[in-house]
Amino acid sequence: MNATVRRRSGWLLTGLLFFCSLSILAPMYLTVVTALKTRSDAGSSLWGLPHSLHWGNFSEAIRVTHFWHALGNSLLLTAVVVVFTVLTNSLVGYAIARNMHRRAFRGVFFYFLSALFIPFPIIMLPLVKELSRLGLDNLGGLALLYVVYNLPFNVLLYTGYMRTIPIAIDEAATIDGANAWQRFWRVIFPLLTPANATVAILTGLSTWNDFLLPLVVLSDQNQYTLPLTQYAFQGQFSTNYNLAFSSYLMAMAPMMIIYLLAQRWIIGGVANGAVK
Amino acid sequence: MRRAVLRRVNPYWLMAVPAIVLFFLFHTLPALEGVFYSFTDSTGYGDWKFVGFENYVNLFSDDSVLHSYRFTLGFAALSTVVVNAISLAIAVCLTRNIKFRGLLRGIFFLPAVLATIVIGYVFNFLFSSGLTGIGRSLGISWLSDSILGNPHLAWLGVVLVAVWQSCATTIVIYMAGLQSVPGDVLEAATIDGANSWQRFWRITFPLLAPFLTINMVLSLKNQLMVFDLVVALTGGGPGTSTQSISYLIYHNGFTGGQFAYQSANAVIYFVVIAMLSLVQLRALRAREVSA
Repeated sequence: MNATVRRRSGWLLTGLLFFCSLSILAPMYLTVVTALKTRSDAGSSLWGLPHSLHWGNFSEAIRVTHFWHALGNSLLLTAVVVVFTVLTNSLVGYAIARNMHRRAFRGVFFYFLSALFIPFPIIMLPLVKELSRLGLDNLGGLALLYVVYNLPFNVLLYTGYMRTIPIAIDEAATIDGANAWQRFWRVIFPLLTPANATVAILTGLSTWNDFLLPLVVLSDQNQYTLPLTQYAFQGQFSTNYNLAFSSYLMAMAPMMIIYLLAQRWIIGGVANGAVK
Repeated sequence: MRRAVLRRVNPYWLMAVPAIVLFFLFHTLPALEGVFYSFTDSTGYGDWKFVGFENYVNLFSDDSVLHSYRFTLGFAALSTVVVNAISLAIAVCLTRNIKFRGLLRGIFFLPAVLATIVIGYVFNFLFSSGLTGIGRSLGISWLSDSILGNPHLAWLGVVLVAVWQSCATTIVIYMAGLQSVPGDVLEAATIDGANSWQRFWRITFPLLAPFLTINMVLSLKNQLMVFDLVVALTGGGPGTSTQSISYLIYHNGFTGGQFAYQSANAVIYFVVIAMLSLVQLRALRAREVSA
């Protein structure tokens, strides 16, 4: 009897959760159908299915917003930032983790840690002046900033993870004749793979979706990323919602596709990043 | 010769120093510059002179600044509480004996992978056309106009979208926490006659405390920084009713000629965030227990 009650409550709870998930699915549904409608179609029934699939919105949005160009910028930026963040931040984390007994390295650790409390707006205004003086108000400068700004959080994450790797492994490598660099790249870095995956996922998501940093750093519209493009074309969009929504949908699509394929790793990465 | 010098230096320093230098140049230095300029009358270009604490004094009698603090703090407090309450409830349901758990978890996490600015634009349309249509056809008067156009309600619209997106990550963290609660403790409680309500509040919830701490601190900090949603939903309006602190610093600092003044505002903002984070961390840490 108990089992029957439990099974029934399982279905009841499932139904309840599906009902709650409508709050997420409904805006997504509205985005997709609006992107596929003509203006008169959307005007007559907003929530209904489109009378006929109007793919023309997409080709027009691609043309108006230079979609392929912005997509290229976003892909290049995210790829460069993820690769360099994983390679450099793990190295710094290693150097600090293996020297925590030294006061100077402990000082470096707390220096990075304290930066976690500093809100970006306090840096923003002087930073923009500094970047234009150095000629870094472009995608290259933006990539550099992301890699550098990821340090505080990742140093915390890597030093935490490094505690699970016994120092005896370092010592064994030293006896085999490896210097500090070889120890890291040949022995430790491969052992860091779970932490590297977490960092890569978190960095990839935040870089791809970020809006504020590209907004203040990039001065040339040709270098705009996808989220920034949506902002830049609001003027053209305001009169044509169907065009706007096909542009939004295309901006969201790449990450949604990656999410569909790698859902488990992405959710796991985000959970690990917060808990560690 | 140079190689010989390099070989004598501790290799760990060679790994760390470039990062420290770059971090100082692009993070610490601009922050210090911001503090420095907050004591001047600089507009961002041209001549400037020291004005002492004048900017700070003026901040405390500036209605738009005071309002931005009221809005941001109220918004962040409400969003944080609502996000955590909803997320905990959904996470509890998702870790129960349900069907389609993977699919449901996948749907609830979806908002976390989407760009906030784009979500903001979608909801802007939803508020202005999607809901008003429903409101008008059902004859509900407060739904017939976009709440984003109402100076008294617009902030609730921002809260709603912030909650919509922030729950995703928070749910996943609570699920990790719920899975870490040892099954044998719960079993022992069941044998002792505790019902599921008592099991949750007496055992599961206290053991979740570290996860509650993480989620409350992360949510509050993220919500205090709200920027993208303000840009996409209201542009700070109607009037200045939804200007968040970071939006005000961005907007007036870059285009309003208030470089020094908004730098002073940013310093206060930093102090507020640091203090709130530390107080919150202390209060929440105090009530953590371990199994």
